Amino acid sequence: MSTLYTRRTVLQGMSLLSLGLLAGCDDSSRLSFKYGKDLSDKIMGRTFKLKDAQGEYRMLGSYRGLMPMIFFGFTQCPAVCPTTLARAAQAKKLMGRDGERLQVIFITLDPERDTPQMLDAYVKTFDPSFEALYGTLEETAATAKEFGVFYEKVPSGSTYTLSHTATSFVFDSRGNLRLGLSASLTAQECAEDLLTVMEVC
Amino acid sequence: MTSFCAPRIKQPGIKQLMLGLSLIGMAWQVSAQTQVNDAWVRATVAGQHSTGAFMTLQADSDSKLLSVQSPVANTVQVHQSSMKDDVMSMSQVEFVALPAGKPVSFDPHGYHIMLMDLTAQVKEGDKVPLTLTVENAKGEKETIKVDAEARALGMQDHSKMH
Repeated sequence: MSTLYTRRTVLQGMSLLSLGLLAGCDDSSRLSFKYGKDLSDKIMGRTFKLKDAQGEYRMLGSYRGLMPMIFFGFTQCPAVCPTTLARAAQAKKLMGRDGERLQVIFITLDPERDTPQMLDAYVKTFDPSFEALYGTLEETAATAKEFGVFYEKVPSGSTYTLSHTATSFVFDSRGNLRLGLSASLTAQECAEDLLTVMEVC
Repeated sequence: MTSFCAPRIKQPGIKQLMLGLSLIGMAWQVSAQTQVNDAWVRATVAGQHSTGAFMTLQADSDSKLLSVQSPVANTVQVHQSSMKDDVMSMSQVEFVALPAGKPVSFDPHGYHIMLMDLTAQVKEGDKVPLTLTVENAKGEKETIKVDAEARALGMQDHSKMH
């Protein structure tokens, strides 16, 4: 009898605990953002596995407790990539102390030309906390597909450039996809929506 | 020397005067045809193969930018970025029209100059020489040389992207 009681107490305690967690970090509810797109109901970007500059495999779970913001691009990109990374650095500053939890991740769509060292130097020019990830051509294609990111090589004389989706994807600190930030938004607008994600979890 | 020059000044031939005036006119026209303002290049990290050059061009008469050359890049192309459904696309263009008197912006969000296959890292503060070839409606070509300032890679753009 006493053992049963104990078990019941434990179960009750556990359910109370999970209720508490649910209230604090609601996985399912939709969010209303002022500028960005709510992606709470999208199942995207959960299984990527790519290498960082040190050659260590990183996946979504590697960033637990942080708020990952993922952007796809390439270092030879003259416009949207540096602009978006500079905007991310600015938004992080605007968020004040909360910005410390924002983890900006740049995934290269051009692993043939972007070497790990160059990628690392590139992203750290914008903010020392930024990380760059790369994979093989197949891993890159699979990751882009998982995020619904479009990209294609555009031949340009003897070389090529890339057309690609310029959305920044934001996850909450429990790894749920939450927010899509378009390239047309300002740093201030991004910071406001990023703080909304932080309020949830 | 003075005695040699003096009679010429005293009696300038009408033909010579006209020639002089037209030469001055031509010189002024050539130098003022296309103005280049605020030319800059985005600095790179070591090993980065390409970067962009940006500026504002304003031509006095309907003209077009045909090409750009720079000693820092083996290939220079004029590209146009466009955004559709949050997908950024880039394509090379043959030329860029410069309508008379209208400033045409070369910025990260529209037309821009791609410096490709760089010969060296472009560092912040470097002066990057650019040579622009502009052609007017009469088919006359003009060559403009500018030194574009290399600005920090991580610099936040002032303009909002649209």
